[in-house]
Amino acid sequence: MNTPADLRYTRTDEWVKVEGNIATIGVTDYAQDALSDVVFFEAVVSVGDEIRAGDHIATLESVKAAAEVNSPVTGKVVAINENLASSPELVNSDPYGAAWMLKVELSDPSETAKLLAPEEYDQYCQTRSH
Amino acid sequence: MPEPTIFELSSPGRTGVTFPTSDVPESPLPVDFLRSDLPLPEMSEVDVVRHFTRLSKLNYSIDQGIYPLGSCTMKYNPRVNEMVARFSGFTQTHPLQPLETVQGNLYLMYLLQEWLKEIGGFAGVTLQPAAGAQGELTGILIMRAYHVDRGDTRRTRILIPDSAHGTNPASSAMSGYEVINIPTDPRGNIDLNFLQSVCDDRVAGIMITNPNTLGLFDQNIIPVIQAVHRVGGLVYGDGANLNALLGIARPGDLGIDIMHFNLHKTFATPHGGGGPGSGPVGVAASLVDFLPGPIVSMVEEGDEDIPPFFGFVQPAKSIGRVKSFFGHFGMMVRAFTYIAMHGPEGLRKVAENAVLNANYLLARLRNTYHVPYDRICMHEFVLEGRWKEVPEIIALDISKRLMDYGIHPPTNYFPLIVHDALMIEPTETESKDSLDYFVDAMEKIAFEARTHPEWLKEAPHQTPVRRVDEVKAAKELVLCCQPIDRE
Amino acid sequence: MFAPHTPSEREEMLKVIGVSSIDDLFRDVPENFRYPQLNLPPALTEMEVVAELNEIAMNNLPASEMPCFLGAGAYRHYIPAAVDALLQRGEFFTAYTPYQPEVSQGTLQAIFEYQTLITALTGMDVANASHYDGATAAAEAVIMAYHNFRGKRTQAVVSPSLHPQYRQVIRTYTQGYSGFSIVGDELAATEPLTGPDTLLAKINENTAIVIVQYPDFFGRIYDYTQIAAAAHAAGALFCVAVNPIALGLLKPPSEFGADIVVGEGQPLGIPLSYGGPYLGILAARKEYVRKLAGRLVGETIDADGKRAYVLTLTAREQHIRREKATSNICTNQGLMALASTIYLSLLGKTGLRQVAELCYHKAHYAAAQISKIPGFQVYSDTPFFHEFIVQCPAPVEEINDFLFEEGILGGYDLSQDYPSLPNAMLVAVTELTGKEDIHALCKALEEFHA
Repeated sequence: MNTPADLRYTRTDEWVKVEGNIATIGVTDYAQDALSDVVFFEAVVSVGDEIRAGDHIATLESVKAAAEVNSPVTGKVVAINENLASSPELVNSDPYGAAWMLKVELSDPSETAKLLAPEEYDQYCQTRSH
Repeated sequence: MPEPTIFELSSPGRTGVTFPTSDVPESPLPVDFLRSDLPLPEMSEVDVVRHFTRLSKLNYSIDQGIYPLGSCTMKYNPRVNEMVARFSGFTQTHPLQPLETVQGNLYLMYLLQEWLKEIGGFAGVTLQPAAGAQGELTGILIMRAYHVDRGDTRRTRILIPDSAHGTNPASSAMSGYEVINIPTDPRGNIDLNFLQSVCDDRVAGIMITNPNTLGLFDQNIIPVIQAVHRVGGLVYGDGANLNALLGIARPGDLGIDIMHFNLHKTFATPHGGGGPGSGPVGVAASLVDFLPGPIVSMVEEGDEDIPPFFGFVQPAKSIGRVKSFFGHFGMMVRAFTYIAMHGPEGLRKVAENAVLNANYLLARLRNTYHVPYDRICMHEFVLEGRWKEVPEIIALDISKRLMDYGIHPPTNYFPLIVHDALMIEPTETESKDSLDYFVDAMEKIAFEARTHPEWLKEAPHQTPVRRVDEVKAAKELVLCCQPIDRE
Repeated sequence: MFAPHTPSEREEMLKVIGVSSIDDLFRDVPENFRYPQLNLPPALTEMEVVAELNEIAMNNLPASEMPCFLGAGAYRHYIPAAVDALLQRGEFFTAYTPYQPEVSQGTLQAIFEYQTLITALTGMDVANASHYDGATAAAEAVIMAYHNFRGKRTQAVVSPSLHPQYRQVIRTYTQGYSGFSIVGDELAATEPLTGPDTLLAKINENTAIVIVQYPDFFGRIYDYTQIAAAAHAAGALFCVAVNPIALGLLKPPSEFGADIVVGEGQPLGIPLSYGGPYLGILAARKEYVRKLAGRLVGETIDADGKRAYVLTLTAREQHIRREKATSNICTNQGLMALASTIYLSLLGKTGLRQVAELCYHKAHYAAAQISKIPGFQVYSDTPFFHEFIVQCPAPVEEINDFLFEEGILGGYDLSQDYPSLPNAMLVAVTELTGKEDIHALCKALEEFHA
């Protein structure tokens, strides 16, 4: 399982990359593996929306499962990855790169400190695998 | 060669049936409303009969062999049921005919209601729901109406064990409730401590399946029901597994307030390739007034000379109608016939043999497959479809390989609480020979998994088509004979 | 009864299990509730049960035995013999939901063909594998619209001339959606025969869906272009409930701008069977495919590249989404969908048109004949298909009693659903209604009046 060191994570399997006051959000390698082939992506928020940490921001579907993506942060949506709707398989092939989902302008950058560090997330995933 | 579709078989100018010319003068057609094109296929009767006969041969069915699809109760469908359901007195009656002309139908429905009350231990039954899932919705709406009627509007939650069918939480959500998931304890029962910790006056009720989807009779059933009743909640029983309890125990006696019956699972009406089902709902005395109407009732008692007269009544506080007319009457005729042919002892034998068959399979497979909740089961049980020493093999591979042995696979990946679940329900209509054949196949597959894992990975080999590409189906979405983007 | 074990096999099996008796298998069942005495009649043999069921069936008077003018949502049509002959193949009726595509291609392809036939009839892009019946399909359409707007639009505008039972089921289904309301159908009490224009004033930015019927419950044919445009202008979905036989003749609801089409599929080769099982049609434009409840079959390929079919988009459904699913439907009407697929394959392009025209001509002939009878008036403000309203000189119940004495099943008494139409009878005519049936009805009505 790949867990890049420069990201922060949630217990619901989202990752966040913070650059200045902009957070980029996606789902983790663990999540894409658990879902298997992703066939559908839909953002349920629009650019300009104010969202709070925990809000449902996107839906993913594979052949066997469905997952809600929740925002790890609070702020304003500034970009949505338009490619994902037509190429949802990117979530499987490049979860931390081409499959970014949303960019959010953070209203409180200190909020990200509460998120899991890479090693904490790895440990958390260990406890879940059977 | 794949079977062509009816559109590919179409040949302009053909038709499979002709109708007489009109015996009355023609009237002008409404020109503003006429359609310009009717893009239906054109086939002869022979074309049609051969096409659907060929299609039928691509299916596996109970008529061919064991169909151990857990939770679905694929038992033999007696042919006599099909025969009687086709009597013209049943098939040719219109649902809005005068009551005097349908006393046979009403008598049959009345008796079936009475019998289901007796079998389930309930005070009232509606035959209206079209399927188990609709029975659940009906039951939860009854629960809601009951609380609202008492002015008790604080209840917003339904408790549902994590082993439940997906229809349970979906039906609760459709009825406006929040779902609280209840974990399963290591014995495969509802986790009683957790349950007690969430029982309060916000709980509208609980939905339980007993035997549960692990095939186990919940050993905590009585304390679970008492805990929910104590805080004013109601208990919904998912009757999907009633096959194991016929004549063994009555859900109503255990304290269950509402339950749906699956006529197809319990009383052998055919599954029809995915319906029609039929999901009558039974309720305790305090809930009879909330049943959907209309309900068949004996409106005039008969005497020695005059038969009783049956009609419809509307329950006083009914949640309303859940379906057109009176439910799946054709399925009621079949279930009625099945119950009539069994009688009380016969029904108990159904449950006994179903449970015997499942335990026999469990005993014989226990050494080859891991059983996560291993104790005497009821009518079904759950195995893990994987082995530590061959990590590449998953439950799906085992299922697909079973097809090469001419057996329909068990239910895969359900219940969700068992990894790589294989949920096996042989039903009472399988003989020992048929069970032994199944065990042999399962043992061979376990062996092959170690020696020739690719045989499993690439299975099935002997079926009309090989493994299908589900990802392509979901991404490219071709849902009818022309591509979806046909404009 | 259908359990095959001999006593010695049973003993052998118990030994393998490691228990001494069957009773040992039920030790988890609380003892004080174990083995209730069921008060049921003793078992019958097959021979006896057939006799009993025959006797019960004989206590009915089937609609096929006399002229019948009942419709109101369930219609008598001729069903070619091949339909039931094929349905009785065990490979179809003793199979389950095609969860394992490799051994279910027959059912899957038949459903795929059904979906195609429904799109062809309705002009929609996608159809699901079926719903329970027309009423529940209509209720599901309302819930689909509710979720389409994420619960932000809280009203459904429902025509008072939508089948009364459909309206009742919509109300039942939406009780759990707090704040959601149904408007429009209250007109059923005051202006039951009002046309679609009256509904225009009810449509606003809070409307999630507008539902009308085509032909409507009274058999009337309206052009719904304007109301569809009004629904769309307000941002709402427009749904049309159809009679599929009428679509053999009439232009599809897609031409009015329907987003969703629902309907009762019973007329397509399914017997009356005292109200069920029938067939719910549910179809939509392609942009709503993911919002559509129920199963869908898609085309794909197998590992060898061969064409194959499989249940698809299952991640919308309850077994995966659980409480987040927008519908709880699981089992649908598989065998009934198959019946309609066989029926439509047999009739095809010319047959369905022929049936629709026969219904139309015979209904219009009947209406013309009845309107000649003093005291009886046919409501004729609009074009109609195969059902029409007859204004009678007395309560319909009385007339129907009289007709029954004459060996005729009269039409539907509309006062049961529309109290402001006390003497109105809804008369249905299909291709099975003979000219002599119509004359018998007219003769009896004349006698009633005299």
